[in-house]
Amino acid sequence: MRFALSPEQRDFAAALDELLAGADTPGVAREWAERRFEPGRKLWRELADLGVWGLLVPEEHGGADAEPADAVVALEACGYHAVPGPVVETTVVAPRLLGGDELARVAAGESMVTAAIPPEVPRALDADAADVVLRLDGTAVQRISSDMDSGGRMPSIDATRGLFPAAEHGEVLGAARPHAFALGVLGVSAQLLGAARRMLAMATEYASQRRQYGRAIGQYQAVKHLLADVTVSLTMARPLVDGAAVTLASGAAEPVVMRDISAAKVAATRAALLAARTSLQVHGAIGYTAEHDLGLWLTKVRALAGAWGTADAHRTRVLTAVRGEHAD
Amino acid sequence: MDLDIDPESAVFRDEVRAWLADNVPRQGLPSMDTAEGFAAHREWEARLAEERLSVVTWPVEYTGREASLLQWLLFEEEYYAAGAPGRVGQNGIFMLAPTLFAHGSTEQRDRILPAMARGEQVWAQAWSEPEAGSDIAALRSSAVRTEGGWLVSGQKTWSSRAAFADRAFGLFRSDPDSERHRGLTYLMIDLRADGVTVRPIPQLDGEPGFAELFFDEVFVPDEDVIGTPGDGWRVAMTTANNERGLSLRSPGRFLASADRLVRLWEACGEPAATASRVADAWIDTRAYQLYTYGTATRLADGEQLGPESSVNKLAWSSVDVALHETALDVLGADGELASPWVEGYLFSLAGPIYGGTDQIQRNTIAERVLGLPREERR
Repeated sequence: MRFALSPEQRDFAAALDELLAGADTPGVAREWAERRFEPGRKLWRELADLGVWGLLVPEEHGGADAEPADAVVALEACGYHAVPGPVVETTVVAPRLLGGDELARVAAGESMVTAAIPPEVPRALDADAADVVLRLDGTAVQRISSDMDSGGRMPSIDATRGLFPAAEHGEVLGAARPHAFALGVLGVSAQLLGAARRMLAMATEYASQRRQYGRAIGQYQAVKHLLADVTVSLTMARPLVDGAAVTLASGAAEPVVMRDISAAKVAATRAALLAARTSLQVHGAIGYTAEHDLGLWLTKVRALAGAWGTADAHRTRVLTAVRGEHAD
Repeated sequence: MDLDIDPESAVFRDEVRAWLADNVPRQGLPSMDTAEGFAAHREWEARLAEERLSVVTWPVEYTGREASLLQWLLFEEEYYAAGAPGRVGQNGIFMLAPTLFAHGSTEQRDRILPAMARGEQVWAQAWSEPEAGSDIAALRSSAVRTEGGWLVSGQKTWSSRAAFADRAFGLFRSDPDSERHRGLTYLMIDLRADGVTVRPIPQLDGEPGFAELFFDEVFVPDEDVIGTPGDGWRVAMTTANNERGLSLRSPGRFLASADRLVRLWEACGEPAATASRVADAWIDTRAYQLYTYGTATRLADGEQLGPESSVNKLAWSSVDVALHETALDVLGADGELASPWVEGYLFSLAGPIYGGTDQIQRNTIAERVLGLPREERR
C-alpha cells in the first residue's frame, strides 16, 4: 500500500500551480462571467500544454491514459484557482462518452466538452462556450445542439457558470463507457477540495494581517478555532477523494465505487461549505463585496454543492451500499 | 497511489482474524475498572502475548513481530471487529514504550518491556496535577536528589488505570528553581512503594477508571529515570505525540463502531430521521481510516508526525462522540438503557478532554499548521 501522491503527481501539481498562479485566474473568471471567453480559452490552451485535458484519454488518441487520481490533482488545482468552464466535464466525463477522433481533439485542447446527465445533472454547463455538448441517458450518448446563444442561459449563483437546458434529442453517438457519472462526481469533489483549500488560505492570510483592538485578529482563539475546524474538515475530506479515485481505478464492484465516490462528495461538500462560511466570517464585510475575490469561490462551492448530486443524495447512496455489504 | 494489501500483510491479517475468532471471550470481560475485571483483562494481555499479538510492532526480542505500521492498523481493525476486550496495558504499550524506544536505555527496555507486553506490569499515567491540566508545564510535583535516586513528593490526578495499576510514569520537577518546561525529569514510579497513596476516583459510569496519586518522599532509583534528569519535557513530547497521534486511537475501534451503528440502524427499521447522521458517521470513520493509511505511508517514507497530529486527535475524538450520540438517538427511548452503546458513549465523552483538550489542539493547528500569530500571553 502506498496511499500518498507520487513524486510525479506532486510535480504535476506544482507545475499546474505555477501556471495558474501567474494567470490572473480571478480576472479570467470575471471575464468568463461576462461571457467573454477568450481569456479563458487561452488559459485552457495553456492547460492543454500541461496535458490536463488528455489525462484520461487513451494514448492512441494522444492522451496520457493516466489514473483518476491524476485527474484529481488537476481538478483540485482548477478548484484552487477558480478556473472557469466545464473543467470536470472535459477532463473526466468526455473520455467516457466520446470516440477516438473527438477525444484526440479534447486531448489537444481543441475541444471543450460539456455534458448533461439527467436527472442529477439536468443542464449543460457553459454550453455557449463549449465545442461539444453531450447528453447521457443511461448509457445512450447524444450530441445535442451546440448552437446555443446566450439567450437560453440560466444564471447561476456562481456568475461564471452558464447553465443551459439540455435538448432531449440530438445526434446519437453510441454507448457510454462505465463510470461517467462517478467520474464527474469525483471531479467535482476534487474541485471542491481545491476551492476549500483556497478559501482557508485566504482567510488565514487575512486573519494574520487584519488588526482590531490592537492585534491581528488571527491571535484570537475565536478566530483560530474556526480556521482549525476548517483544517480538520478539509484534511479528512482529502483522503476520501483520493481513496475514491483509487477505488475507481481498482475495478471494484459498482456499489463499492458509488459508496466511495459518494462519501467523497459528501465530505468535500461539507469542507467547502464550512470553508466558505468561515472565510466570509473571518473577512467580514470586505468579503461580502463583489470586488473581493472571495465571492468567486464562495458562490462556486455553493453551486457545486448541488451539482452532480447533493450531499444528502450521496449520503443515501452510501447507506444503500454499506447496507448491502452486511447482507453478504 | 494504491490501497492494496501486500501478500505478507494479508497472511498476517488472516492469522489474526482466525485466532481472534477462536479466542475472543464470547461474553466479554467485566469492566477493567473493577478489581475483578482488571485481573481478567490482565490475563487477556497474557493470552495475547503468548501468540505474540499483544505488541505486534515491537522487536521480536520483546515478544513483538516487527509488524509494519500497516500491519498494525490491520491488526487493530481485526481486533475491534472481533469485539475483543479493551487493552488494559494501553498506557504502557502505546505511551511509555515508544518513549523507552526513543529515549530509554537497553537495560530499561530489557527490564520493562517484556513484563509490559505480558500484562504482568500495568502502567498508569501521571501527568495532570490539580493546578496543571492543559497547562502541564505548570506542574509542581517534585523530585529531590538523594543517594542513588530521587525522592518524589506531590500530587498527580486523573491518573488513568491508577486504581489497580502496578506502576506509573510522568514528569516531575527536579530543579526547584526551574520554571515551566525546564528542570523536569521523566520518572517511572512503583505504585506499591512506601509513601505512595492511591485514591481511586469514580468516573461518570461510577467505576474508578482513574485515581489521584499522593507521593510523600517516595524513593525512585536512578535506573527509573528516562533520559537525562532535567530533560523530561523533551522526553515526554514523544509520549504526547503518540497519544494525540496515531497509536492511541487506531481507526479499528471506530470502524467496528460504525459497522455496528449501521447494523443497529437497520435493526431499528432504518429511521429516516437519523439516516444522514448515520451516513456521516460512517463517512467520517472511513475518512479517518484512509487518512491513517496516508499517515502510515508517510511514516514508512521516513517522515515525522508533526503538529498535524492535532488534526488527527480532533478527528477521532469527534467521530467517536458522533458515532455514539447517533446510536443512542437511533435507539430513541431505549437509548438510556444500560448497553454497550451507553458504555461507549460515556467513554467517548472523555476523548475531547484527555491527551490535550480539543481547544488546545485547535490552538496548535491554528498556530503550527496554519501559522497564525501566537496569542500575546500575559
